[in-house]
Amino acid sequence: MNENHPALKKLQGKFPSSAIEAATFRGEVSVTVPKKDIFEICRFLYADPDLQYHMLTDLCGVDHFPQSPRFEAVYLLYSFKANDRLRLKIKVGEGEPVKSVESIWKAANWLEREVYDLFGIPFENHPDLRRILLWDDYEGHPLRKDFPVEGPDFDKPFVPEV
Amino acid sequence: MAETRLMTINMGPQHPATHGVLRLVLELDGEVIVKATPHIGHLHRGVEKLAEARTYHQVIPLTDRLDYTNAMGNNLAYVLAVEKLLGIEVPRRAQYLRVMMTELQRIAAHLIWLGTHALDIGAMTLLFYNFREREDILRIFEEVSGGRLTPTYLRIGGLAKDLPEGIEGKIKAFVEAFPTRMKEYETLLTKNVIWLKRTKEVGIISKEDAINWGVTGPTLRGSGVKWDVRKAFPYSSYEDFEFDIPTGSVGDVYDRYYVRLREMEWANAIVKQTLAKLPRGPVLADDPKVVLPPKEMVLTDIASLIRQFKIASEGFQPPEGEVYASVEAAKGELGFYVVSDGSNRPLRVRIRPPSFLNLSALPKMIEGSLIADVVSTIGSIDIVLGEIDR
Repeated sequence: MNENHPALKKLQGKFPSSAIEAATFRGEVSVTVPKKDIFEICRFLYADPDLQYHMLTDLCGVDHFPQSPRFEAVYLLYSFKANDRLRLKIKVGEGEPVKSVESIWKAANWLEREVYDLFGIPFENHPDLRRILLWDDYEGHPLRKDFPVEGPDFDKPFVPEV
Repeated sequence: MAETRLMTINMGPQHPATHGVLRLVLELDGEVIVKATPHIGHLHRGVEKLAEARTYHQVIPLTDRLDYTNAMGNNLAYVLAVEKLLGIEVPRRAQYLRVMMTELQRIAAHLIWLGTHALDIGAMTLLFYNFREREDILRIFEEVSGGRLTPTYLRIGGLAKDLPEGIEGKIKAFVEAFPTRMKEYETLLTKNVIWLKRTKEVGIISKEDAINWGVTGPTLRGSGVKWDVRKAFPYSSYEDFEFDIPTGSVGDVYDRYYVRLREMEWANAIVKQTLAKLPRGPVLADDPKVVLPPKEMVLTDIASLIRQFKIASEGFQPPEGEVYASVEAAKGELGFYVVSDGSNRPLRVRIRPPSFLNLSALPKMIEGSLIADVVSTIGSIDIVLGEIDR
């Protein structure tokens, strides 16, 4: 069913030079696209009159440490017209920036801030890229695999500098 | 000419109308809000990180504590994701009971919302009425699962146990009485002039904006989008039940209020249908490698004891892959994106909290309106910081 997915067909037609790979697991289609094309592909999927992926349901990071490139950013799109979900994935190396999709979906504003906060993936052209769940001068990115579950300072007494 | 400056006001995180620990920084021109900046994270406990260090079964109690008014719905979203990952089918009776419990939970969650939302705007009586009915539901949960706020009743592959003796009569009594209670609430608010003046044309968000901001649940439906995960991607046998999706038209606070009231009625109707159609049979899937054995077997049979020990300590190893499963929780679409690397612990458990995205649209709703409307708008999007901060 993978080849027959309408969005995938259109994507491959529209971006022939791009290495677009698709995988199906339990009936869900995941499409891995090159990082440099993510903004163009998202804009195309949003604007195409047959597809109309008007909602960005979710955007999250995954850390595959110690693989390289270690991160994945996962976009979950939803189209009301086709009642269809499409998952886009890009591979991101440590410290590499990703183009923000905030100008397409406002939902990406907080979602990208969260990925930045917890994984340390910076987003280019984001209007307000700050930490969201943790405080501004927090060090480290907790959802990275090399960050200890109990926190780096859990056995040290907390004495704030005055 | 005198110089005019904007005034910055800090609201929260201990303000009672921010429903938990939300902090808002408001920039005001007189009484008009020019800019609103929400600050979240005060309740961040790192649930997604903790989940990576646990076996699949051990994650269930964590999910109760996300949106703590909707524990059954959170359990359901998580176990659906893991069941999809494993590819196991849950017995029909368990599916129906899951629907029954999540719909009762939806009523309970909406009752808390209605009570506190009305209290924020100044209608105090309703809170006492709502908590009276919510108590009935919590008593039912207590009898069914042993827990009131955090029942942890659902298991991967089914339920912790079947219904106890005689509980169906109590659920039936609640379902029969509830429509009369609804009338009591409505006489207090729906046509109340003060209520109308505080909620009509307040905190408006249009259909297009709501979709673009990723808003789901009653907040999206209040803006007139007839969309519900239960209809779009039916799960747990929702296709067997008859119900409608109530929608608003303007997208203001009143529409969201009205949608939630109608949703309570439909939830009540669904519970009634599950009672009438409840099939007989087991409540756990027949998959000994994954499903915990029934408690009485563990206490009497050595093989079951070993199985219980193995699954509880080691867990199970699902195939490599990634799945997304979502439910229509009380606040909106609650999704779990689970990535497995083939080991007994998940590589990643991503929780897609509905309140997070609903709250991100708050500045859009309140900028340009009066400061008094902030309180009613926050109440109307029904946020729970437990799931926003995770």
